Amino acid sequence: MAKYLLLKHYRGAPAPVNNVPMDQWSPEEISAHVQYMNDFAARLEKTGEFVDGQALAPEGAWVRYDGEGRPPVTDGPFAETKDLIAGWMVIDVDSYERAVELAGELSAAPGAGGKPIHEWLEVRPFLTATPNITECH
Amino acid sequence: MNEALLRSLTPSVLAVLVRRGADFAAAEDAVQDALVEAVRVWPADPPRDAKGWLVTVAWRKFLDQARADTARRRREDVVDEEPAPGPAPAVDDTLQLYFLCAHPSLTPSSAVALTLRAVGGLTTRQIAQAYLVPEATMAQRISRAKRTVSGVRFDQPGDVATVLRVLYLVFNEGYSGDVDLAAEAIRLTRQLAAAIDHPEVAGLLALMLLHHARRAARTAPDGSLVPLAEQDRGRWDTGLIAEGIEILQSALARDRLGEFQAQAAIAALHADAPAAEETDWVQIVEWYDELARLTDSPVVRLNRAVAVGEADGPRAGLAALAELDASLPRHAAVAAYLHERDGDLTTAARLYAEAAHKAPTLAERNHLTRQAARLNARRHH
Repeated sequence: MAKYLLLKHYRGAPAPVNNVPMDQWSPEEISAHVQYMNDFAARLEKTGEFVDGQALAPEGAWVRYDGEGRPPVTDGPFAETKDLIAGWMVIDVDSYERAVELAGELSAAPGAGGKPIHEWLEVRPFLTATPNITECH
Repeated sequence: MNEALLRSLTPSVLAVLVRRGADFAAAEDAVQDALVEAVRVWPADPPRDAKGWLVTVAWRKFLDQARADTARRRREDVVDEEPAPGPAPAVDDTLQLYFLCAHPSLTPSSAVALTLRAVGGLTTRQIAQAYLVPEATMAQRISRAKRTVSGVRFDQPGDVATVLRVLYLVFNEGYSGDVDLAAEAIRLTRQLAAAIDHPEVAGLLALMLLHHARRAARTAPDGSLVPLAEQDRGRWDTGLIAEGIEILQSALARDRLGEFQAQAAIAALHADAPAAEETDWVQIVEWYDELARLTDSPVVRLNRAVAVGEADGPRAGLAALAELDASLPRHAAVAAYLHERDGDLTTAARLYAEAAHKAPTLAERNHLTRQAARLNARRHH
């Protein structure tokens, strides 16, 4: 088994095929979308592949250390152009192919007109712990 | 075996151990061990005196642990024998435990965790699941909390207000996982109300009951939020409403108003209305005025603006809103609602989308996005 992160972006990903902002959909289309996402997570729980799913607020800030005895420096909220993560799902699957298959299904979530959004999702493998039977040289 | 009944014995059993001279942290561990033992043993062999059984087993667990510890650090203050049965623990002991677990030296998250374990009798795992953190993290939070209060004398008088804040936090967490925190908060507040005669304790209990009564109607089958005005009032729990109103009325009769009684009074006025249109908004505005006097909270004034909008029309509501800081949480959502009532759908749709952008929960975000979509669809057709 290997863990993968399916990453969804507010900004920064290539434009999806069905690119209509959500507040321009019909209320029913929004409900259908939410239902699809819930069903997807529930199905992965049943297959034993779901690990975690979280959504993030769109606004955040950059923060860094500014030296001894000084408060951290903050810069935010993020500028409009920045790559912005909307949320993620962590899955634990048997192969990279399975991870890609599931990301494809998630990307098919319905949007405006009830048609799939074809949203670009990022698929990133987790770095794993060193297996016991492997030696480093 | 009724788990809630078992857990309701937790604080009084713990109090007995502490009265016998056990330090709080060790006693609390021993009571948890006894609860686990009870869950294992009672189904096949139920005791005649449940509390007596728990006290005996918890005390034995405590002594076993104390003996094991003696090798490491000498503890001469522990009496290594079965003590004479002490006086029946007063109701007062339970109250002292609430004070200890909500002690002002604890952070809110620590006080919540310690209260759920030491007063509520929940396991660390259950608390961790309820708050969606790893069990090891919650275990650390609880043991640090116990260390923080280890120097506090058990019979020191405490502040009811800090206890109420902790219980209110637990109630608001709603529920996730196996533990229904709202129901647990109600149980603990009931138990507190039995231990102390205080109008604000009654006020908080009434507030919780009145909110809990609407829970089934608050979400649609697909999980989406249903606003108060659109809820199916037939699905409100009339038993809880009647109980909440009765508790509130006898608290208000004491004439020592506090913020929880005022909030409960507002909830009661909503509960009283057979239909949304029959809501007594004028009285609700008056209660918000009381509440603003008691708390001076901007969130209260934001909710007051909504009530003013219903009582005196959306323009009056918008005027009340204009006096408040636009960066307040949910300010945009309230503004959107009032502009819609005022007929300005374009502004309302823009503000709903802005409110969705700032929403603190996924359910609220979806709800507000749907509101924006509803108005946009109406404008385009």
